[in-house]
Amino acid sequence: MHQQLETLYAEALAELEGLTDGQAVRAWESRYLGAKGAVTLILRSIGQIPKEERAAFGKRANEIKEALAEAYAERETLVRQQELARDLEEGAVDVTLPGRTTATGGLHPATQTLRQLYAIWAEMGFQVYRSRDVETDETNFSLLNIPPHHPARDMWDTFYTTTPGVILRTHTSPGQIHAMRDLGQNGTQPIRVILPGMCYRYEQVTARSEMQFHQLEGLAIGRNIRMSDLKGTISAFARRMYGANAAVRYRASYFPFTEPSMEVDVECFLCGGKGCRVCKYAGWIEIAGAGMVHPIVLQNGGYDPTEWSGFAFGMGPERMTMNKHDINDIRYFWQNDLRFLEQF
Amino acid sequence: MRVPVSWLKDYVDITIPVELLAERLTLAGLEVGSIEYLGVPQRHIEGVRWPESRHLVWDREKILLAAIREVKPHPNADRLVLAMVDYGGAELEQCVTGAPNLFDFKGQGPLEQPLWTAWAAEGAEVWDGHSDEPKRMILKEKPLRGIPNRSMVCSEKELGLSDSHEGVIVFFDQPCNQITGQPAAPGTPLQDVLGDIILEVGLTPNLARAYSIYGVAREVAALLGQPLRPPSYDVLMEGAPIEGQVFIEIRDPELNPRFTLALLRDMQIRPAPEWMQWRLMLVGQRPINNIVDVTNYITFEIGQPLHAFDYDKLVARAGGKPPTIITRLPEPGETLNTLDERTRQLEPHNILVCDTAGVLSLGGIIGGAETEIGDDTRNVLLEAANWNFINIRRTMQSQKVQTDAGLRFSRGVHPGQAERGLRRGIELMRRSAGGTVAQGILDAYPLPAPTVVVDLPVREIRRLLGLDFTAELAADILRGLQFEVQINGDTLRVTTPDHRLDIGDNIIGQADLIEEIARIYGYDRIPDTLIADEMPPQWTNVALVREERTRDVLVALGLREQISHRLIAPEREALLVPAGNGPLVQAGYVELANPLAADKTALRHTLLLNLLENARSNARYTARQQVFEIGSVYLKSDGQSLPDEPRRLGILLTGPRRVESWQHDEAAANMDFFDLKGVVEGLLNGLHITGAVYDRAEHPSLHPGRSASLSINGTPIGAFGELHPLVARAFDLPETPVLVAEFDLEALLDQVEDLHKTTALPTTPPVLQDIALVVGEETPAAAVEAAIWKAGGDLLRGVRLFDVYQGDPIPAGHKSLAYSLTYQALDRTLTDTEVAKVQQRIVKACERELSAKLRA
Repeated sequence: MHQQLETLYAEALAELEGLTDGQAVRAWESRYLGAKGAVTLILRSIGQIPKEERAAFGKRANEIKEALAEAYAERETLVRQQELARDLEEGAVDVTLPGRTTATGGLHPATQTLRQLYAIWAEMGFQVYRSRDVETDETNFSLLNIPPHHPARDMWDTFYTTTPGVILRTHTSPGQIHAMRDLGQNGTQPIRVILPGMCYRYEQVTARSEMQFHQLEGLAIGRNIRMSDLKGTISAFARRMYGANAAVRYRASYFPFTEPSMEVDVECFLCGGKGCRVCKYAGWIEIAGAGMVHPIVLQNGGYDPTEWSGFAFGMGPERMTMNKHDINDIRYFWQNDLRFLEQF
Repeated sequence: MRVPVSWLKDYVDITIPVELLAERLTLAGLEVGSIEYLGVPQRHIEGVRWPESRHLVWDREKILLAAIREVKPHPNADRLVLAMVDYGGAELEQCVTGAPNLFDFKGQGPLEQPLWTAWAAEGAEVWDGHSDEPKRMILKEKPLRGIPNRSMVCSEKELGLSDSHEGVIVFFDQPCNQITGQPAAPGTPLQDVLGDIILEVGLTPNLARAYSIYGVAREVAALLGQPLRPPSYDVLMEGAPIEGQVFIEIRDPELNPRFTLALLRDMQIRPAPEWMQWRLMLVGQRPINNIVDVTNYITFEIGQPLHAFDYDKLVARAGGKPPTIITRLPEPGETLNTLDERTRQLEPHNILVCDTAGVLSLGGIIGGAETEIGDDTRNVLLEAANWNFINIRRTMQSQKVQTDAGLRFSRGVHPGQAERGLRRGIELMRRSAGGTVAQGILDAYPLPAPTVVVDLPVREIRRLLGLDFTAELAADILRGLQFEVQINGDTLRVTTPDHRLDIGDNIIGQADLIEEIARIYGYDRIPDTLIADEMPPQWTNVALVREERTRDVLVALGLREQISHRLIAPEREALLVPAGNGPLVQAGYVELANPLAADKTALRHTLLLNLLENARSNARYTARQQVFEIGSVYLKSDGQSLPDEPRRLGILLTGPRRVESWQHDEAAANMDFFDLKGVVEGLLNGLHITGAVYDRAEHPSLHPGRSASLSINGTPIGAFGELHPLVARAFDLPETPVLVAEFDLEALLDQVEDLHKTTALPTTPPVLQDIALVVGEETPAAAVEAAIWKAGGDLLRGVRLFDVYQGDPIPAGHKSLAYSLTYQALDRTLTDTEVAKVQQRIVKACERELSAKLRA
């Protein structure tokens, strides 16, 4: 038994010396020192040893057990250090390999621009009012001071439906009539709304023109709303949308439902007005049509135009998006090619 | 409209650089789209931006007006001649040229009348006349067939005037020096003779009065504060009185308020004067003869279209008697052969110019072929009429014809213009075609235009513009636009001039005048202010906020938003329903009366078509797609003129569950029903909507076994699931399962509560226990889960299905559902005994209610 113990001790030590990885070291520990380990078993079999030898044997066996435990601890620490060193040295990855892609979602660029517009106009007290896509000819044209067959109708190529007098709205302006009648309480309440929506024009789809597009109309009605307020409001919008130094210019223009009417240009934000492809070398980019609400339209909305006045404006979110992101083909918007959408 | 500045200057002095004028016009509503330069340099004005022009500037020293005094034969070449050019130098310059239009003068010796031309000296820069691409060149000494040659007479192409290189520029009449107004001597810089700037002016429909060079001049005069020089309307009339030689009968004064005629006898048809031809060319007209050109010239000069008839042809049609011109609507079946060589079926609203024998022309739009001016015309009947603009526009649209006359009449020409146009036309014709003019004009004017007088209180200007105007300043601006203005205290009494129809009465007239004042004063000089008026009540558009929240949740779930054309083809939507399945939507379509494309003839009933068509086109590049769309569909019911436009949410998933990667350990399994259901659940969680019930769906476009309906608290929301294989095939989609959903967005968002409650975080430890139950395979998982929850009571806090298993050792026709259950009390740590009791209750309940067995 003594001999057996000593041999076991020598073997165990020798074996431990040769071990270099943590797993083997831990396996060694359980093989010798574990609950069913060799040393443990020998200690447990102490009953087979003659009584008088038991004390010495037990003492020696415990010495050996402690020595082995100590050797194990040393070895284990050493191997752990070696492993750590090896891992730090050898476990490097090629950091230039691509990462695992997580699928991400995203909003359509038109939605992104619309949200930007909602936010800016909300700060200025304009709330979103939505109205229908399929309109009567009367609301889309006549109530907006565009009588049947009037040459002003040439400004809108129109999709007619098979129901007489029913068309697809060519602009969001009919929403002005709905908003005035709905919110104005018979021409007694001021209004400040924006009217976003999809509009339709009888136009061939090309890189430059679409048969379907968003518009965002704005309408402010009050007892004392002046053209200077329109200019101040649009200029404030332009500073929020295009930066604190955005220069704005107002050109006289014509819309049957506003008077005076104007087009609004902002100094090209890409070239600073020097002239570039996006502004067609003009230095200005058109951002809106606007004007003072025509007295006939005020009347049709239920307001007395001698007491009430207002302004309206309309913007094209897709055009704004195109300018901002240098998009040269308007067809991208509704084609929904993921290669386009994923760029936003 | 092309506006040559040289022509504009006939009527107004231009006191600022043209580039600045173009800017001022643009700001005043006459948008100058481009500036074209003919030989003169572009000027750069501080603060005014125009694109850099790449035109040729004619060297003032080297490109000159010259007179060809003689055309000599070339001694060595038949196809070349020697032009002897007087360019103002001491000696004639000999230029070798092959210009065919000089050959007629070859060998005639010194010419009595020199040929006026454009000459370029050695060293001058011109366009290369022989190059197809625009290319500049510098003239160099180069003998041609043995004759020295160092300069040249130029073609229009070489000077950048047109693409014509047929011959060199030749005028028989001595041209004018634009600076002095006198005949230009040889050696005058060509810039001063032919140099010009053309403004391309875009005219909105309200600017009918400016649809002519003189009309633009009125605006220029007002903007620059310069006096206006009207063209002369003086006429020399020496013939027999017109009375009795022709008659007019107007049958519908509403459509033809005025009709005037003049008669010119013994005219000689020949080319119009060179200056007139030149001006017509500058505005884009092709010269024809002196009669037709004058009618065009007046159209462009003052905006009153004229029409010339061959008087003798009319007399012949009247059987040798004086003709009667009748304006009327067509009789049934009448047709007209127009000058554009078309036979037109006339419609009931087309107003016509006729005689007793039939139709002569489509009034105000286009003449008939039969009575047109020809080379043998001797006597001319000249018409200047006025037409109802709405009716002209209608006729142009329905007859599909666009003419310069029709364009002007369709926007509104004041009847006062007719007489001026007629008088100006007569005199210009008489001067170029000789002959005598019958005394007097025949003027039928049954519906005189009312004189519009508007009282404009000065305070109204302030009310609408936000800027103080004195009565004097406002009056000055309006007078600059030819309005007559009387100042009565604080009110202006404004009389509209007889060339414009766009000023209304009363409050509308006031708004019209205020716009004119603002426009000429300058919008840029009106201050920027912020609205001082009462702020209306502020509110939130709850539907929009919820819709945007829906977008955000879906994006967070990894979906991309698409927006599609809402115009579709109903035949394509029909492909969504396999034969034998019920209809997708019970509604009629909003159909277009004038569709542009075969695949866009009606408004959509569903988002599914857009989703599938987009999925197919994206499949060419992307196997994995996760998209959604939010938008209206258009449902029309009988007897309804406007459709319902409910909002829908559509979702589509297809392709591998994971994004493909170089790490092959991640198996790329395709998405299935449960991926879509995960998105639906994620959406409901994100919107904090509870009470969802899923059931087997009966949706015609979906796989009957792998689709579900969604209802929330009893309200149907829509259906989702795997696309029916027949539909996938009909849309030519890839083999991988396509998962789609379409929900009634409004019904869904009605379920959103503005406030949702949270639960406090427990401080006690949870106890986790697993349980596996064997049930019949027909038993819905939802029933098992419901039974667990019910039996679990307050202490059960979580139920999570973690395994579904069928096969050995589970008996056939059964499945094992394994749940991880979380028990927790908020006020104490649970004991094992308590948990075991509840778990026991759950097992018992499942055994009882679902014949479930606890799996060992």
